[in-house]
Amino acid sequence: MNPPAIFTVLDRREEIPHTVTLRIQPAQGGTVTPFAPGQFNMLYGFGSGEVPISFSGATAEQGYYSHTLRAVGKSTEALARLQPGDQLGVRGPFGRGWPMDQLAGRHVLIIAGGLGLAPLQPLIEAIVAKPADYLGAQLFYGGRRPEELLYLARMAAWRDALNVELTVDMASRDWSGHVGVVTGPLASAKFPASNTVAVVCGPEIMMRFAVRTLQQRGLDDASIYLSMERNMHCALGHCGRCQWGPNFVCKDGPVFRYSDIAPWFHVREL
Amino acid sequence: MRTSILAAADLDELIQSLKAAGYQVIGPVRDDAAVVYDDINSATDLPRGWVDEQEKGHYRLLPAGDDRYFGYTVAANAWKRFLNPPRKRLWRVVRQDGKLQFIPESDSAPPLAFIGVRSCELHAIHIQDRVLIDGAHCDEGYRQRRRHLFTVAVNCTRAAATCFCTSMHTGPRVELQSDLVLTELLDEHGHRFLLETGTDAGHRITASLPLMPATDDDTALAESRINIAREQMLAGPRQFDSSGIHNLLFSNMESPAWDAVAERCLSCANCTLACPTCFCFAVEDTTDLTGDHAERWQRWDSCFNGAFSHVHGGSVRNSTRARYRQWMTHKLAGWVDQFGQSGCVGCGRCISWCPAGIDITEQLQAIAEGDAS
Repeated sequence: MNPPAIFTVLDRREEIPHTVTLRIQPAQGGTVTPFAPGQFNMLYGFGSGEVPISFSGATAEQGYYSHTLRAVGKSTEALARLQPGDQLGVRGPFGRGWPMDQLAGRHVLIIAGGLGLAPLQPLIEAIVAKPADYLGAQLFYGGRRPEELLYLARMAAWRDALNVELTVDMASRDWSGHVGVVTGPLASAKFPASNTVAVVCGPEIMMRFAVRTLQQRGLDDASIYLSMERNMHCALGHCGRCQWGPNFVCKDGPVFRYSDIAPWFHVREL
Repeated sequence: MRTSILAAADLDELIQSLKAAGYQVIGPVRDDAAVVYDDINSATDLPRGWVDEQEKGHYRLLPAGDDRYFGYTVAANAWKRFLNPPRKRLWRVVRQDGKLQFIPESDSAPPLAFIGVRSCELHAIHIQDRVLIDGAHCDEGYRQRRRHLFTVAVNCTRAAATCFCTSMHTGPRVELQSDLVLTELLDEHGHRFLLETGTDAGHRITASLPLMPATDDDTALAESRINIAREQMLAGPRQFDSSGIHNLLFSNMESPAWDAVAERCLSCANCTLACPTCFCFAVEDTTDLTGDHAERWQRWDSCFNGAFSHVHGGSVRNSTRARYRQWMTHKLAGWVDQFGQSGCVGCGRCISWCPAGIDITEQLQAIAEGDAS
């Protein structure tokens, strides 16, 4: 395993409690390796471990990467504490991303839960940049509470290109969106099932119900894509930790076509 | 391929020839109560006159009653520790005035020569090559050690009770390329080795040895001795048809046999550490007390450990049932999808070194008996 490249934090934005977006650029300046929506980097905070974090910025961004991450353990806490000017290690990009070539000319259902919106943002920004390339697009985004929803400010710009449906488990008095699980509005949404692709990212339980709802709405299994998460220490296919059935999440995923992984998706503790 | 005879009394000359060529020579030694692979200086270090007795959760060394050097079968530890060390530093990093500087690790070990590699073990090394060299990313340290490796393989003339290479089609005769292959012969014509030289490096190392031409009788005797090992396994309880394992396991992910084995499995990870193909590892990042120097280390890890599958919120595989299932289905089924071949070579180490006496071949049988399809 080679040492990471050194990056410097350009700026840090607190999105919601415990969740920040870092914009990082190579310490030596210059360009960054292009990434595809859905891919990830391994981010290393000095002495405190390395974690896989999806790209969350637009692929059109030049000279820097954006990563949204939540402080949930030692490694992510160290990364979330970084301030502009601080340095970190970066290895990547890794993995197979969203099937952007499959989306062109079709209707796109984007289904996200919680932090699962972050790996979908590059895909959304691609659609927003060229909405005419797609038949249509809808975003179904669910979270626990209104104050835990990501990118609400940016979402205003998305609404020109795609229909946005927000759902929360627990609503406050001034909440005007849906209440309940994200599959609720999905079940009654209008879309041309035979020419629609769904991309799903969120907790596994949420993705299971989303897949079931999509199947009930007439989508075939080959038109559903989802992003998986497993423990990773290398992202090179060597450490073995991210194995999931016959797959390595790091190199065969993290984005999988549902029809390829249907037998594994419902096996518990896999 | 050149075939010749090396007198047993001249075996040390082979070892000295390897040392003179700059190799670090590693071979079987008797370490208290087991044969293990370790550094050797001469033929006197070899476990001459000892055989191993292996069974479920059982390993004993017994006097052989003869002077054979390679009467034992496979050592307790696998060769993988020399090609892919249990612990290695990957890099260091210094933080000064808020700036990071990474210092890569240099790998300057001498070339390795392995003496006494069995057919199943050569297969295991090739299987690890597929994982660590042949993928999109290459482990450069492993590749270097592997590229310069010299192997003296040994044909098995005896099988332990735990051996099942005939089931996995990985032995007992050495068929993968090896620089040299020895078959130990001991009869009224004396104690000697049939020596097959398979590579240019093998020719260079044996050029100065006092070799004699091999007769047809020597070759026939070697084959008959290898056949003894083969017949022992074919007649044993661990002979089975391995062709349908992939589908059998992947279509029985909820078999009650997983629950039954989980009642016995201690989730201790012994099987994965003893296994010659298990490759999983962890990386650990540490800092010193000043907080300005950090290191990254890679160490062997096991799918039986809770932290192995940790994602935020806990382990994905909480139960022993899930961990044993992961190990066995990966070894025998997932490996085929990932690397085009099974991850099991039939060496039997996981059977001998399981403190609970769990036998992977019996577990296969249990899954087959409960097969729902």
